[in-house]
Amino acid sequence: MFIRHETIEKNAILMLVLTLITISIGGIVEIIPNFTIETTIEPVKGVRPYSPLELMGRNIYIREGCYLCHSQQIRALKDEVERYGHYSLAAESQYDHPFQWGSKRIGPDLARVGGKYSNDWHYAHLIHPQALVPESLMPRYAFLAETPLETKILDKHLKANRTVGVPYTDEDIANAKKDLEAQANPEADTDFEATLKRYPKAIQVPGKPGEPTELDALVAYLQVLGTMADFSSVTPEQLNR
Amino acid sequence: MSDVMMDGFVGTHAPARAVVYNDNVVKKFTIATIFWAVVAFLVGVVLALELCWPELNLGFSFTNFGRLRPVHTSGAIFAFGGSALFATSFYIVQRTCRTRLFGGEAMANFIFWGYQFFIVMAALSYVMGYSQGQEYAEPEWHLDLFLTVIWVSYAVVYIGTVLKREEPHIYVSNWFYMAFILTIAVLHLVNNVAMPVSVFSAKSYSAYSGVQNALIQWWYGHNAVGFFLTAAFLGMMYYFIPKQAGRPVYSYRLSVVHFWSLVFMYIWAGPHHLHYTSLPDWAQTLGMVFSIVLWMPSWGGMINGLMTLSGAWDKLRTDPALRFTVTSVGFYGMSTFEGPVMSIRSVNSLSHYTDWTIGHVHSGALGWVAFVSFGALYYLVPNLWKRSGMYSTKLISWHYWVATMGIVLYITSLWVAGIMQGLMWRAYDQFGFLQYSFSESVNAVHPYYVIRMLGGLLFLTGALIMVYNMVMTVYSSTTERREV
Repeated sequence: MFIRHETIEKNAILMLVLTLITISIGGIVEIIPNFTIETTIEPVKGVRPYSPLELMGRNIYIREGCYLCHSQQIRALKDEVERYGHYSLAAESQYDHPFQWGSKRIGPDLARVGGKYSNDWHYAHLIHPQALVPESLMPRYAFLAETPLETKILDKHLKANRTVGVPYTDEDIANAKKDLEAQANPEADTDFEATLKRYPKAIQVPGKPGEPTELDALVAYLQVLGTMADFSSVTPEQLNR
Repeated sequence: MSDVMMDGFVGTHAPARAVVYNDNVVKKFTIATIFWAVVAFLVGVVLALELCWPELNLGFSFTNFGRLRPVHTSGAIFAFGGSALFATSFYIVQRTCRTRLFGGEAMANFIFWGYQFFIVMAALSYVMGYSQGQEYAEPEWHLDLFLTVIWVSYAVVYIGTVLKREEPHIYVSNWFYMAFILTIAVLHLVNNVAMPVSVFSAKSYSAYSGVQNALIQWWYGHNAVGFFLTAAFLGMMYYFIPKQAGRPVYSYRLSVVHFWSLVFMYIWAGPHHLHYTSLPDWAQTLGMVFSIVLWMPSWGGMINGLMTLSGAWDKLRTDPALRFTVTSVGFYGMSTFEGPVMSIRSVNSLSHYTDWTIGHVHSGALGWVAFVSFGALYYLVPNLWKRSGMYSTKLISWHYWVATMGIVLYITSLWVAGIMQGLMWRAYDQFGFLQYSFSESVNAVHPYYVIRMLGGLLFLTGALIMVYNMVMTVYSSTTERREV
């Protein structure tokens, strides 16, 4: 049964194979059940894929490395729940490719920042954070207001998401551009009602007609964070299981 | 058996026949290590300054903290640490196997230039706004594919060299380097599965989402620490400490036990990054338990390194390069004790999301990884460039003390800052309300951020002293080797 270590250290291939087995066990035991056990993600009503504008805003959030200073994961601790709101549920990030839970709070958690501040506050804050929060260490993101949002291959973004498991329908993909423009421009004659039907609770942002900026998209994303889950439909017993 | 094996590398036996080693690639990676050390430390200081005075972000997209931070982390881990590992692993594998590097000059050069190209492209892509948005795995899919090619070539060259060795036994350093090469390949491939938006687009979407993504990412992230920054650097330690001390490795048996237990246990530890999150409790508990048990094999390595100096402790007085190596093992022991403590759920509830974690990482990265690399560099440079010794022993001493002061300032200030943040965030006043707003905690840590920045500046200064000393070693006439 037991191999003498002398045998292993005289045979490079044997050593590599044994090392591979040794490092595989922990990963397999921890990772695979998280895909197969059904209770890993408790279904929660209201969680939906991001609207096209929110998705593009999320990409800017990732690009600018916001996750390096802001977490999006409220831990099940009394002070966190009081400071930031209901602790995060697994279902709330189920369409997040990649997840943005973060690991450091140089700034506050953003998991439920949606709806906490007005659109105007977000625009002013992102352009010059210290004007609103003097203590803030956040860089200025004024350049986002001057950068037009790239939407040329918007449908491909949705399709790529569908490939990795986000349930965008053909209708969602066909209407992606319309939905984006409707959400970024309240004055346009586009039909925001139809967008809202596809993406309930989406927040319209005051972009310039016809030319949404990256800042518009980012604000739309921030405003939906943590607002999707319908907590009235969840009972404490369900979560305590 | 073990005596033969361990003795061989202290230099007591002459090689049976002269082997011409490929030291060109080692030299190139050595220069790259020194270059990236300065770059990574410099960017670190810039980031520390930005956290002290946010105006220094300057408001340009490419100078903002969020885009520069991956340049610092990738620069320190993959550029500086990676180049140090390539240099030392190629140096060690040839000598402990008594054979020339497998694959020839061309393959070695391909690995060198390919890896440097990867680093430069990764850094450029971050500042230009391409990122996968996963810590320590920021490069986008096309760079990931390119790195895979480089890594496979590295594995072929390394394992090929071990296979054609002229020594019956594989030396312990090579166990660690092989485990590192293998595990990093597995981690890299699994964590970076992604769907590109189109073949012409640098943007991709991770195959995983939410909770599964979090678990896989921290399985990757923690084992980047475990195998890139720990196992591989232990391989470095197992060669250079015996060499510098002129003593065989303390315990062969301990090296066997701690090698296998280390590679087995590290893999489990990832979920300690996700305590109290939406990750299922059973996974958090497993992660915590294995993180605590991991303390033992970690200290097995530390004990084996330190005890190797038995009977040679006096060398610490005369050889400042050895001082670096030995101090690094001390820091290794300290941070591998601190880590298990921080992985305990109740401790983690305080420490997570705070600067305590950043301090912990730096006691490992500066104290262990950088110091053991400096020790190796001070050994390698005079050897590779065939000089009689380092240009100035005094300057090595200066480097040592300036850098040590830097680390002490860095980690103590962030202990205070981190614990203070944790306590302020959970403090309640007499009426049962949260006592502090978030921004009050930001204000409170400002002085400690300044001290941290000064610590980093000292560490950078030390590295610049090293650069001067290295350049003088190679070019000064005082270090010319006299042929006997």
